[in-house]
Amino acid sequence: MTGADPRDRGGPQQPLLIVDGLKKYFPLRNALGTVSAHVQAVDGIGFSIAKGETLGVVGESGCGKSTTARLLMQLIEPDAGSFVLDGDPVGRGGVTVRELRRQVQMVFQDSYASLNPRHTAAQEIAFGLRVIGKDTATAEAEARQTLRMVGLDPDLYAGRYPHEMSGGQRQRVNIARGIALNPRLLILDEAVSALDKSVQAQVLNLLDDLKQRLNLTYLFISHDLNVVHYVSDRVLVMYLGKIVEVGPVDRIWREAAHPYTRALFSSRLSMNPALRVAAPPLSGDPPNPVRPPSGCRFRTRCTLAEDVCAASEPALIPSPLDAAHAVACHIARAGSGHSLAGALANAA
Amino acid sequence: MSTSTTGLAALPPAVRKVARPPGRSFWMRLGRHLLRDRVAIVCLVILLAIALSAIFAPWLVPADPYKTSMLRRLLPPGERGYLLGTDELGRDMLTRLLYGGRVSLSMGLAPVVLATLIGGALGIIAGYFGRQVNMLIMRVIDVFYAFPSVLLAVAMAGVLGAGIMNSLISLTLVFIPPIARVAESVTTQVRNQDFVEAARATGAGSWRIIVEHMLANVTGPILTYASSLVSVSIIIASGLSFLGLGARPPIADWGLMLNTLRQAVYVAPLNAVLPGVMIFLTSVSFNLLSDSLRTAMDVRA
Ligand SMILES: Nc1ncnc2c1ncn2[C@@H]1O[C@H](COP(=O)(O)OP(=O)(O)O)[C@@H](O)[C@H]1O
Ligand SMILES: [Mg+2]
Repeated sequence: MTGADPRDRGGPQQPLLIVDGLKKYFPLRNALGTVSAHVQAVDGIGFSIAKGETLGVVGESGCGKSTTARLLMQLIEPDAGSFVLDGDPVGRGGVTVRELRRQVQMVFQDSYASLNPRHTAAQEIAFGLRVIGKDTATAEAEARQTLRMVGLDPDLYAGRYPHEMSGGQRQRVNIARGIALNPRLLILDEAVSALDKSVQAQVLNLLDDLKQRLNLTYLFISHDLNVVHYVSDRVLVMYLGKIVEVGPVDRIWREAAHPYTRALFSSRLSMNPALRVAAPPLSGDPPNPVRPPSGCRFRTRCTLAEDVCAASEPALIPSPLDAAHAVACHIARAGSGHSLAGALANAA
Repeated sequence: MSTSTTGLAALPPAVRKVARPPGRSFWMRLGRHLLRDRVAIVCLVILLAIALSAIFAPWLVPADPYKTSMLRRLLPPGERGYLLGTDELGRDMLTRLLYGGRVSLSMGLAPVVLATLIGGALGIIAGYFGRQVNMLIMRVIDVFYAFPSVLLAVAMAGVLGAGIMNSLISLTLVFIPPIARVAESVTTQVRNQDFVEAARATGAGSWRIIVEHMLANVTGPILTYASSLVSVSIIIASGLSFLGLGARPPIADWGLMLNTLRQAVYVAPLNAVLPGVMIFLTSVSFNLLSDSLRTAMDVRA
């Protein structure tokens, strides 16, 4: 680690970002343009990201991972929710939303769609630098320098258009565009998911390297559990707009407490056949996020669901054994009314 | 990330492909593709010939396009030094056809250019901002769009009165709605791509994003569509003149010439069809050129 970041106001113990009560409902409009229903994409989630960590986010497609990312990026307005950036509340009386946005950048999944087809690699990176007030020549020079940082020789790649590069090269340009603006938090929304395995490994190495050199913090969204395991310090599991479990990566991998997390992991192709039968794998699709089930949203697919699961929604509460590990399941909370309540804690 | 620190030097160098010279922009590739298209070249040559001879008509043909002669009416082509004969008032056909190109080409291009600027801007704004802005603009556009373009042009020219300026205005108004619609749909498509989101993530304002990110991506399809309207514009403008709602005598205009030579179609059939041939040649050339442009756009990737 190099010298202290002048932007680091709260010290190493202060989380870089604390999010609370974040909510986004997308209105669904009928043919007449009136709002007929809402997609509950993100429904009141809260978490924190420590400085320098990689927080993995997993969950099935449509559970609200990208929406969360876009909310953090301030690309869409939350319906509710508060942010605390390095100890300072964002909004009234604290730091501005603009300040928050400046410290967060994002890399998207589709390396092709996320680059302007009419811009060269250098133009694309320089755009953001010009937006924050650098003159064209400075922006151009910095863009070339950033290309070098992501392992692309500027003499070869600065003048290339997206269609003149491979998927891995394009994703490097996307990463360069993000880090050029010197963010503290980089959101990687399925950033390596579309790449071949070998290219994926190269880009993951690059990300690891950049993280050390630039004091970055990552929010790493992926549906590839093996990759998440490899890169993450902590993992956050989402289901239908809610957080069902969050905790240190090894703990989640070894002893996930939520039936959803377990099912998710058992559907992963394990190298070890003995592990494949640990829990019944997920079947069917998640319910419609327009009308999610009452109580626990996972209950319709949960093999352990009981009446209490339909009646009340389980809160995300820290495990008695490990405060860093939180679960939203009636089974995990003694006295919740579920017949298995507390059984897991006893078993552990 | 795990604790392993991979030095940048240890990274495998990104695959180096130096086979192709990098940095060929979209427009360069488009131009190359068009230059390989024979039909496009032929059309371009025809249109250039018509345009240049219209522009330089005073120097190319010595005759006065308005000088009538009762003694030399409806001479067949080739007779008494009139290469293409004379019209019903004894004016030189070749001269009037070349001068007529001025009106017809202007009436083909000017309304389309104006409508592209206005309709394109409206469509891009509607598409980029969406929601209420889109509703407001597109609902108004749709009202006009409901009428067939020829009917609308005739009605408007009728209301405004005859004259070149008035047919230019009515043609422009006719073309704004379809161009705005195309611009809106293209812009909506481009706007939903991740690179626009990424541009917004830098904190750039809407204007800057429209100018630096949207325009280059939407002008291609908008221009392609607009180019297909040039031949329509030429035909409608000629039609208006033919109906007496466009250019007024004695202006040399192909549509008007077609009208006034109508009575002579049995006496001097060749003279009578010449303006029609010019209209046909010009509009077909524009049409084929526009088709080539569309094909060239499609194979860009
Ligand atoms: N702009 C939008 N309008 C309406 N619904 C949306 C929009 N964006 C996302 N959604 C819906 O919100 C839910 C969560 O989507 P998303 O965050 O993209 O999930 P993920 O990234 O986890 O696959 C999905 O049901 C999706 O259809
Ligand atoms: Mg997603």
